[in-house]
Amino acid sequence: MNALTAQDYKSDLKPIWCPGCGDYSVVTALAKALAELGRKREDIALISGIGCSSRLPAYTAVYGFHGVHGRALAVATGVKLARPDLTVLAAGGDGDGLSIGGNHFLHACRRNVDLTYLLMDNQVYGMTKGQASPTTAPDWCESKLTPHGPEIAPVMPLPLALAAGVGFFARGFSGDPNGLARLIAAAIRHPGFAVVHILSPCITFRPEQRGWKQQVRAFEAPPEATQAAALARFAEDDGFTTGVLFAATRPAFMPARAARRTPEALAARFAVQPCSD
Amino acid sequence: MDTNLPPAPLRAPPALALAITGSGGAGAMRAGEILLAAAASAGLYGRMTRAMGPQIRGGEAAALLRLAPDAIESPPDSIDLLIALDWENFARFADEIPLTQASLVLADPDQGPVPQAVTASGARIAALPAKALARAIPGGRANMVALGAASRLLGLPRELLADTIAHQLGAKGEEALAANRAALDRGAAAELPALARRLTLRPSAAPRWQLSGNQATGYGALAAGVRFVAAYPITPATEVLEYLAPALAETGGVLVQAEDELAAINMTIGASFAGTPALTATSGPGLALMVEALGLAVASETPLVVVDVMRGGPSTGIPTKSEQTDLNIALYGLHGDAPHLVLAPNGIGDCARTTAWAVGLAETLQVPALVLSDQALGQSRAVIAPPPPAPPTPGRLLAEDLAAFRRYDVTPSGISPMTLPGTEGGAYVADGLEHTPRGAPSASYTDHAAQLAKRARKLAVFDFGADWADAEGAGTIAILTWGSPTAAAREAAMRARADGLAVRVISLRLLAPAQPARLAALLTGVTRVLVVEQSDGAQFHRYLRAFYDLPPAVTVLARPGPLPIRPGEILAHLPVQE
Ligand SMILES: Cc1ncc(C[n+]2csc(CCOP(=O)(O)OP(=O)(O)O)c2C)c(N)n1
Ligand code: SF4
Repeated sequence: MNALTAQDYKSDLKPIWCPGCGDYSVVTALAKALAELGRKREDIALISGIGCSSRLPAYTAVYGFHGVHGRALAVATGVKLARPDLTVLAAGGDGDGLSIGGNHFLHACRRNVDLTYLLMDNQVYGMTKGQASPTTAPDWCESKLTPHGPEIAPVMPLPLALAAGVGFFARGFSGDPNGLARLIAAAIRHPGFAVVHILSPCITFRPEQRGWKQQVRAFEAPPEATQAAALARFAEDDGFTTGVLFAATRPAFMPARAARRTPEALAARFAVQPCSD
Repeated sequence: MDTNLPPAPLRAPPALALAITGSGGAGAMRAGEILLAAAASAGLYGRMTRAMGPQIRGGEAAALLRLAPDAIESPPDSIDLLIALDWENFARFADEIPLTQASLVLADPDQGPVPQAVTASGARIAALPAKALARAIPGGRANMVALGAASRLLGLPRELLADTIAHQLGAKGEEALAANRAALDRGAAAELPALARRLTLRPSAAPRWQLSGNQATGYGALAAGVRFVAAYPITPATEVLEYLAPALAETGGVLVQAEDELAAINMTIGASFAGTPALTATSGPGLALMVEALGLAVASETPLVVVDVMRGGPSTGIPTKSEQTDLNIALYGLHGDAPHLVLAPNGIGDCARTTAWAVGLAETLQVPALVLSDQALGQSRAVIAPPPPAPPTPGRLLAEDLAAFRRYDVTPSGISPMTLPGTEGGAYVADGLEHTPRGAPSASYTDHAAQLAKRARKLAVFDFGADWADAEGAGTIAILTWGSPTAAAREAAMRARADGLAVRVISLRLLAPAQPARLAALLTGVTRVLVVEQSDGAQFHRYLRAFYDLPPAVTVLARPGPLPIRPGEILAHLPVQE
């Protein structure tokens, strides 16, 4: 069979996204990464939650699961633990992954199942029409729900993930799909839980995010390899440094199993031994 | 449809009930376990339930046993023999240990006066100075003295007890065993009045199993092919997981301890989507957290089993004790029109059979199945006949013609062929959003109506067969019940029959989808019905009213937990008069 092109990893469905939404480029970058890795489409599962960004699976040609809000990482964990042979990715927004699903994010970092997580951050709830998300700045006043701004400090995905024990963290920008594709491919290759924090502008509710193009800057050094070094180096980071920021080697979690016995053999353990006399 | 009910046993087996109580560390539970195991070796059947205080460890505890030469799972009307190792906090159990004038109470004079609640019952009280007798033996324990006394009163060979102790406590060494044996001898030699009734030992060579309901549930899941479990610990479901963790590892499966119930059920959904039959086990508070994902499993047509070992609710309620009050959330807790399966085991062995059936049905119908067990089943140990295997089911329908594959195809059976990841040309997106037959998101009326009808149809047209309910007996009076009170209902009916009153017992195993035509057939000729359930709000009775036609005369015995419903109570409520 001829090698698949990036196009082969896309579906024929037309996205519901607003024209100009950053998420289009995430599909492009993902398809490019998958083509580059040459994984068979049927051996890939892409799991998402709810949100504009979580619509991603429908626009790809791999096995997909579009679940409920916030639970993509849990579903993906189940897929991978049940079927270690599959390449498993999860995708979703900052609300999906850091608010309603925040607990699963922490535990996915520490559990370190071999998954790749595309965290598409637009610092807003796009799907529900523009409320503050956990990554929104405290003084963003555009939502009717929080006219004075959220007034609470945003979540910083990198230190949060580091504190929770993540083994791989990259940051990409949807405005640079080729660079993003390289980061996604590196994350998939990483043997453990790998976060790709994707700055993906919501041009409808955060039009000022068009300016992100000017703000992002590439991290030129090799990725930090220890939690302490990464925490120190990125303590003052403004969240616009892109590249593989952290990569450590930790054994991925995969419970041992072996079909040594049948259930019937186990049933024998319930049998009452009649008295010998 | 089968209207010929199986012949019902006429007489309840002559059974003896005993309770061993004590404060933390007294070893009441251990004594009960040894007695049950010894009785099993002697060819008896029996059941041991536990009543525990609220302490996490070492609180007061009561082992409640019932032993008989034939299968016995019902709680007794009263206790024949109470052995109190001490009286500390006895009041907490008093309700659960009904005493009568026919009861014999063995009390240790060194443990202070017999509580008023006990003396008021009129029970005979005899002194068994267990502590003093044990003290005379180096390393001797009062619970072993009590066991010795119990073996003599029940007529169980003392050797058998000694062997059982050696088997259970063998690791503690020769010295400890010798001390236990001496303590047993002291207890057996004590001067005690005889019990009012005797147990006939009729050693049976029939194969029997000894296990708890929660172990049976775990085994049933395993036997039906479950190889993935994700769960968050909760009383009284945790033993299902404790059984399954090593058992899955040995049979090629995995158990994951999830960060919460939201993760647990979503992990099982992921595993099932990937092709592995999957299950989670929880209790009421956890089920409440899982309902959103249950809807996802319905919409995405992902097979899945959720075992709910019910406890007293609402909220944290009574975590260690039984109630049948999660029926409403199981039936109606999902948002949207979300047809799914609800099943309930009605005995300890049936926990295995019903759970296995639920797995098979969920896989076949691509739908979540809830299995409503309860604390009384789950945390009781019983000596039972090995449960029969679950009714066979066809299992997942996999797509053969991939060229024409559409995941949510609208089919006459309502079941759409599916693919598993790894199948070339079979990729699709499982979706909780309403979708087209192909699986693309859709908000159109046409797609919604077609998919709703398809999902309803697959449950409506499937033939669940006679196993949907257990029915026995004849006559114009029927007891309608479900779950753990079934054993008491059966015993009540047997006693009624022995007095010449024909009574049917109908115990529903499949609660959703309802089977009105089948129940109508089972109720042919019935003019009076007694509904029996452990729910103050009569959830089962309301369910019956919603889905079934009942005869005009309906009596309801609906009582909250945690007290078990006893056979005598059911007998007293039988609607004998027109
Ligand atoms: C349980 C639940 N609560 C609320 C919602 C409504 N809801 C849908 S998407 C969303 C937030 C989406 O934001 P984000 O995850 O950041 O994704 P984006 O749309 O910005 O890509 C919310 C609150 C829901 N679907 N389910
Ligand atoms: S609302 Fe924002 S995030 Fe959603 S599709 Fe439009 S631009 Fe993209």
